[in-house]
Amino acid sequence: MQPAGGPPVTDLALRSAGMSVAEAPDRARVLAKLRQGDNIFRLVTRGAALAVLVILGGVIVSLIVGSIPALKAFGLEFPFSQSWNPVTEKFGALAPIYGTLVTSFIAMLIAVPIGLMVAFFLTELCPMILRRPIAIAIELLAGIPSIIYGIWGLFVFAPFMQDHVQPLLIAVFGNIPLLSSLFAGPPYGIGVLTSALILAIMVLPFITSISRDVFEAVPPVLKEAAYGIGCTTWEVFRKVVLPYARVGVIGGVMLGLGRALGETMAVTFVIGNAHKVSASLLAPGTTISATIANEFTEAVGELYTSSLIALGLILFIITFIVLAIARLLLARIEKRIG
Amino acid sequence: MPHSINSSLYAARRRNNSIAKVLALAATLFGLGWLVLILGVLLWNGFGGLSLAVFTEMTPPPGQAGGLLNPIIGSLVLTVLAVVIGTPIGILAGTYLAEYGRHEKISSVIRFINDILLSAPSIVVGLFIYEVMVAPMGHFSGYAGSVALAVIVIPVVVRTTEDMLTLVPNALREAAASIGLPRAYMVIRIAYRAARAGILTGILLAIARISGETAPLLFTALNNQFWSLDLNAPVASLPVVIFQFALSPYADWQRLAWTGALIITITVLALSVTARALASSGKSS
Repeated sequence: MQPAGGPPVTDLALRSAGMSVAEAPDRARVLAKLRQGDNIFRLVTRGAALAVLVILGGVIVSLIVGSIPALKAFGLEFPFSQSWNPVTEKFGALAPIYGTLVTSFIAMLIAVPIGLMVAFFLTELCPMILRRPIAIAIELLAGIPSIIYGIWGLFVFAPFMQDHVQPLLIAVFGNIPLLSSLFAGPPYGIGVLTSALILAIMVLPFITSISRDVFEAVPPVLKEAAYGIGCTTWEVFRKVVLPYARVGVIGGVMLGLGRALGETMAVTFVIGNAHKVSASLLAPGTTISATIANEFTEAVGELYTSSLIALGLILFIITFIVLAIARLLLARIEKRIG
Repeated sequence: MPHSINSSLYAARRRNNSIAKVLALAATLFGLGWLVLILGVLLWNGFGGLSLAVFTEMTPPPGQAGGLLNPIIGSLVLTVLAVVIGTPIGILAGTYLAEYGRHEKISSVIRFINDILLSAPSIVVGLFIYEVMVAPMGHFSGYAGSVALAVIVIPVVVRTTEDMLTLVPNALREAAASIGLPRAYMVIRIAYRAARAGILTGILLAIARISGETAPLLFTALNNQFWSLDLNAPVASLPVVIFQFALSPYADWQRLAWTGALIITITVLALSVTARALASSGKSS
């Protein structure tokens, strides 16, 4: 750090402590001053670190305080009621909660197998020179802001769904009992299924990049042993890599799920904002975050605003639990690697 | 007889292996396909609207020509202020976790909470700032928007700062301690310098993250149709204008939304590519 011939580092330290080198002989005073500076810095950093806890506490307290009027008015019925009527001021969170869970569930159903297969390709099959570029490209996909997915979903993906995919789904599943109710109704383009598919595209890179990391952490000797007894690449992945990396993969999946549950903009554009629980995946619906984004600035009256904040509280609790599990699982695997 | 069973089993295993390989390749092409498709559509729709007027004129009323000057400036101001607020707190907190309280119990709690905040839904941050700033002040404001973005910046910077400081070799710390340098000076003069590239990467990633954030701005900074640099009043920002214009029925507003989307995406991608290059250059040196 120190160019040869410059002043010694101790002198630099003294100088920045606010005294000249000539004063240095007065050791006791200098040391006291240094110690004081050290203590102040330590306290400042500690304060900043505690600010992280303060933010979390602030989020929780402000959401609880904000939702008190709604919870008082509707009580335990709030999460289970489907009514959402700003005129009569009757609010219930069932439709948004249902929409949030269903879109995220379908998104994970699609994104998890694909994400794992991409990670399999990147760690076991891909030629070395292509690994980095492809990994970077997948991570760029993760970096695209969600509003871009939203505008793309609204103008490109939803019309495509309306013209091609949804009529096909209705035609194929229309006559099969049970499935026909899942794919019932006119093809609006927007709706639960479209939102879920866009969410799937959004969480795919998260799942891929974490799975890739944990797959790469599998000790080569395990894989070599499996190859040694004649396993195929797929068998090595399926029977050795995947079981070994299980905890980390679940952590990554939960992390992706946390993203999907809280995702706002991509969904708001294409979900249709209908406060209704429909059996059909083609019908418009709503999610917690889409409801808040669409209605918060227009909400008139304390009860309306408070109900929206209560929705936010529910969303925060759900994502907090999911993310906490994800982090605990990932911490467990980090401990094993490190 | 056993011989033929074995060979059919072997054939099945080989077939499964080939199927899995093809599926893996297909999955990768599928993932990359979306990237190409989204960027392609974005370029196609956004590039046509890109002109000098976009950067020099205000957002127009429907049916008139105009640009995106006020939201672009608004986004810049909000982002800069958010970074100014969030980065020092983030770096200092990361410093505590890596240098002072590395093995303390409270640090693992903070680390855990920070990781959760890192991926917490950003719309909840918007609600939080609405409750603590907008509601007491009685009006939407640019300050509230910046603070909301700062809340998103902090966890990103905390995480990268801690990670980068942890990578600094202990020999450097011991050398500093051996000449009697107090810890604070060791951190500021030695550890920060050694981790400089990494910490900068974290800040760039945080900027990339907030420059596309819409949800926390919707009910903090709100939006403003006019030229305004008054941070005590609603301020326009690019993502919120895109949201409003894209959902409008007017074709010229929708065109501007696409152009805005293109500008944001190019900014974000440039930031993350720079951050990545910086991180890998820091690693090799």
